[in-house]
Amino acid sequence: MLGKQIKYLIIKELKLELRNKYALGGILLYVVSTIFISYLSFKKIVMPATWNALFWIILLFASINAIAKSFIIETKGRLLYTYTLTSPQAVILSKIIYNSLLLIVLSSLCLLAYSLFIGNIIQDLPLFLITLLMGSLGFSSLLTMVSAIASKAGNNFTLMAILSFPIIIPLLMVLIKLSKNAIDGLEHWDLNYLTILMLLNLIIIALSYLLFRYLWRD
Amino acid sequence: MKKNWWKIIAIVFVLYTIVAGFLVPVPAQPILHETIRNLYFHVPMWFSMMTILFVSLWHSIKYLSRSDIQSDIIATQAANVGMLVGTLGLVTGSIWAKYTWGAWWVADTKLNGAAITMLIYLAYFVLRGSIDEEQKRARIAAVYNIFAYVLLIVFLMILPRMSDSLHPGNGGNPGFNNYDLDKNMRMVFYPAVIGWILLTVWIFTLRVRIEKLKRKKIFND
Repeated sequence: MLGKQIKYLIIKELKLELRNKYALGGILLYVVSTIFISYLSFKKIVMPATWNALFWIILLFASINAIAKSFIIETKGRLLYTYTLTSPQAVILSKIIYNSLLLIVLSSLCLLAYSLFIGNIIQDLPLFLITLLMGSLGFSSLLTMVSAIASKAGNNFTLMAILSFPIIIPLLMVLIKLSKNAIDGLEHWDLNYLTILMLLNLIIIALSYLLFRYLWRD
Repeated sequence: MKKNWWKIIAIVFVLYTIVAGFLVPVPAQPILHETIRNLYFHVPMWFSMMTILFVSLWHSIKYLSRSDIQSDIIATQAANVGMLVGTLGLVTGSIWAKYTWGAWWVADTKLNGAAITMLIYLAYFVLRGSIDEEQKRARIAAVYNIFAYVLLIVFLMILPRMSDSLHPGNGGNPGFNNYDLDKNMRMVFYPAVIGWILLTVWIFTLRVRIEKLKRKKIFND
């Protein structure tokens, strides 16, 4: 039942996105232009710590921009229609899954453009890709929930940023640590951090699942 | 009087902490010297903050299950008082850091944790300020409070594993418990913790009463 609802809601999101291609194009262009600006200001970066920090900061801002709209685009009438048809859990899970897909596309593009312009210094690509994948999942689940909160409070972008920054820091620090390991090409994968990352993602998704039903109905 | 015994304990313990804290002899430690007395003031602030923020979390959960506006008042005022003791903890810590580590602010995991806690609760107040409707504000603020508190606790548990800390008991530094905290110091430290926590709770109950009276007044006018 829930699976079926989620499937249809994801298809709905996809259709809406494709009907409105400029939004997707806009966010992809946002990433590429930010990277180009960094390229013009930094030229090549060879210091692993700086490379890593700049990459995640660009990705963080792009993700916030991409996800901020996920509840704003819902009009009042459409929300009312969804209330009558589906459960809140299906709505939040479908949004999280859809936004994860969006962020996976976004972060892959970010990685491509970033290594093209700023330089590719990653020594352990598989670990970096896993980190990126888990990061997309974590960012999307946390930011989707925050965007639901912000959308109830007048939809302003500043609010979205100040609500999400302090609570995204734990996730960001673990991601930065793991991707630093990937750049340095350490011999052994740090399974501790991978477990922590996985647990963090699980906690965020579980919290969203439990708390969303208090948010959506006015 | 029967109800207020804990207020008397709070007064007695805090007075005792201030008097004994400055007079009772402390072990002579290099670098720390007499600043070790700050232990009676700085550390209990964090205990008080975590206690009162837990009260805030508890009442946010209660609000979501019962939709009683009283719980919302309690949750907000608890977060308010939490910010007050948090600020005091930061100030006392900052002064202590200046005299022992040589800077007002150092890159340290515990300081980062404290800063993030402050940011989260300041964001909580901004969120409250941006919603006008009372019930809606209470509900959405409660959701954010729960979401943020759980992630904060997870963060405070992961953080010490990520890097070393200058604080005692972390990153290879000996804890106060090992040999610095002698019998004399324990005799002051434990009452200090209880006294400051009770005093914080007292401030919090007063704030809740003031807030309720304010609302009553608005209602009657």
